[in-house]
Amino acid sequence: MKRLHLERLANPQLLALVGVLLINWLLFPNFFRISWQDGRLFGSVIDVINRGAPVAILAIGMTGVIATKGVDLSVGAIMAVCGAVAATMVVAGYPTPVAVIAALGVGLACGLWNGFLVAVLDIQPIIATLVLMVAGRGIAQLITEGSIVTFNDPTLIFIGTGSFLGLPMAAVIALVLMILVTLLVRRTAIGLFVQAIGVNRAAASLAGIHSRMLLILVYGLSGFCAAVAGIVVAADIRGADANNSGLWLELDAILAVVIGGTSLLGGKFSVPLAVVGALIIQAMNTGILVSGFPPEFNLVVKAGMIILILLIQSPLAGQLFGRRAIVTKAASK
Amino acid sequence: MKRSLQPLVATAVIFLIAYAVSVLQFPNMLSTRVLGNFLTDNAFLGITAVGMTFVIISGGIDLSVGAVIGFTGVLLAVLISWLGVHPLLAFAIVLAVAALFGGAMGAAIHYLQVPSFIVTLAGMFLARGGASVITQDSVPINHDFYGTLTGLMIRLPGGGRLSFIGLLMIAVFLVGALLAHRTKFGSYVYALGGNSVSASLMGVPVARTTVQIYMLSSILAALAGIVYSLYTSAGYPLAAVGVELDAISAVVIGGTLLTGGYGFVLGTFVGVMLLGLVQTYIIFDGTLSSWWTKIVIGVLLFLFIVLQRIIFAASAPGEKSPEKA
Repeated sequence: MKRLHLERLANPQLLALVGVLLINWLLFPNFFRISWQDGRLFGSVIDVINRGAPVAILAIGMTGVIATKGVDLSVGAIMAVCGAVAATMVVAGYPTPVAVIAALGVGLACGLWNGFLVAVLDIQPIIATLVLMVAGRGIAQLITEGSIVTFNDPTLIFIGTGSFLGLPMAAVIALVLMILVTLLVRRTAIGLFVQAIGVNRAAASLAGIHSRMLLILVYGLSGFCAAVAGIVVAADIRGADANNSGLWLELDAILAVVIGGTSLLGGKFSVPLAVVGALIIQAMNTGILVSGFPPEFNLVVKAGMIILILLIQSPLAGQLFGRRAIVTKAASK
Repeated sequence: MKRSLQPLVATAVIFLIAYAVSVLQFPNMLSTRVLGNFLTDNAFLGITAVGMTFVIISGGIDLSVGAVIGFTGVLLAVLISWLGVHPLLAFAIVLAVAALFGGAMGAAIHYLQVPSFIVTLAGMFLARGGASVITQDSVPINHDFYGTLTGLMIRLPGGGRLSFIGLLMIAVFLVGALLAHRTKFGSYVYALGGNSVSASLMGVPVARTTVQIYMLSSILAALAGIVYSLYTSAGYPLAAVGVELDAISAVVIGGTLLTGGYGFVLGTFVGVMLLGLVQTYIIFDGTLSSWWTKIVIGVLLFLFIVLQRIIFAASAPGEKSPEKA
């Protein structure tokens, strides 16, 4: 128990985040300056937290999916669909809570649909979620009728751009969601069950875990998180853009989860570290923009990061450092 | 009839029915002109999909192909328009670069023992980012040789044209089918997809085959990039975004099993044609918006995945355990 605690303090993800932030600080001396204006905090660090929130929210749901040895490619498209639902309903005159609940419901339904394909029809997760990834954007465009639906509803806009205790609302939502999900998986047996399914689904079922039900719920949670992220993004730009909302964010979310130390081979997972992973990605994004490189340069950095993580997690490195070699070998077989 | 042929037959039947329905509604769709354009417009997708078929039969996935197409286009434009290299030499250079790129991805997948999905994701970021670092604008290619190549075509009766790139796609499909079903490499690919552990116990050179599969996929993606640059006469870093999804869809609709070990290169051809038909139909109709393409492709994907599951669950119980996925 004590060893675990020490490891947690010096975990590589937090060190990496601090490292990236320090590099940003070297490039841009005012990076850590935070000012108080109009009842909220302003500054580059706050901006990192705010901009990183959508990916962090996606990563919370994605962590559960990846822990069961799956992957959810459809979250970007679900974001677009849910943003479109919320925006069109608000524009059509529905009260904001109804629109938001409807959008969340649609996201949950999309996630449950993915879960149904994976758990009941036994389709590979990457392919099952590909269906919605391809069709989802089409459906979102169908809802918005091909245009960008803009709205002026103050409550909805508050979700994207408002502030709570000085912190951006998007970040607060991400934080609350992170704490709730972490409590759910760590204070109950659900986390253990999810882990068991990821390590060996057949064995988990034999041990009496309702793996089918649990898988559906895990994908449902991912869809729900995607809906939250979709609403936040739509509220942020005050409009639903079916083409670009959440585009390629599924890849960022997967990357955040992987940076957070969750293995793509299932099993071990951590929700808070996935959120830290999302912040690392956003801090790099901001750093690249601040230092004047074109934003596309980011892709190259991300590629380098994936390669680095793969090298660290690979069995080869495990053998070199004499640790976890047996575990990773067993997992890859 | 063999049960395992059913997905392929189903795709072919659906294509024929869909085509017949379209022709009944728009008689002009039967013309050789439309058929010729079918081949030309989908040439780059078809060539990419052949490589993807091999990857998926081997049980993997390649997300980098769209980015490789974009990168190839930019590299070609830079070599030809800025550095004055002859197109033929430029073609050779980009194919060699792609071979190295794909080989590196294959080696990473085998030696680091990580899912192909995450390695090719890194490849996608690298290729797309690399292209954007070289240039962010569309670079035009104006070379006489390009004009000659696009001018090459066989005229068909009825105003149709079989263009050079359309014929190239058909050639790639024929070579791909021979490679898959008639060579040692082909049987290695099927063996790997069936079960990589037993394949290696049977003496299949797993490392070499994995490297070759991803090399082949990247080379074909680069060839598709060449075709794309002929088609558009330019290189653009954001060209062909999302083509990997279309290619995967075409492969699945063509009857290739996503868990690996089973599939047909020629089925992919029917899959590509079916996607092309959806697009052409929507253009002919005029009142349907382009987003219907995505929805229809999604529905088709779903139908074929379910169809595969039903057929394989019925024909070979326990052969493909769902836990493998």
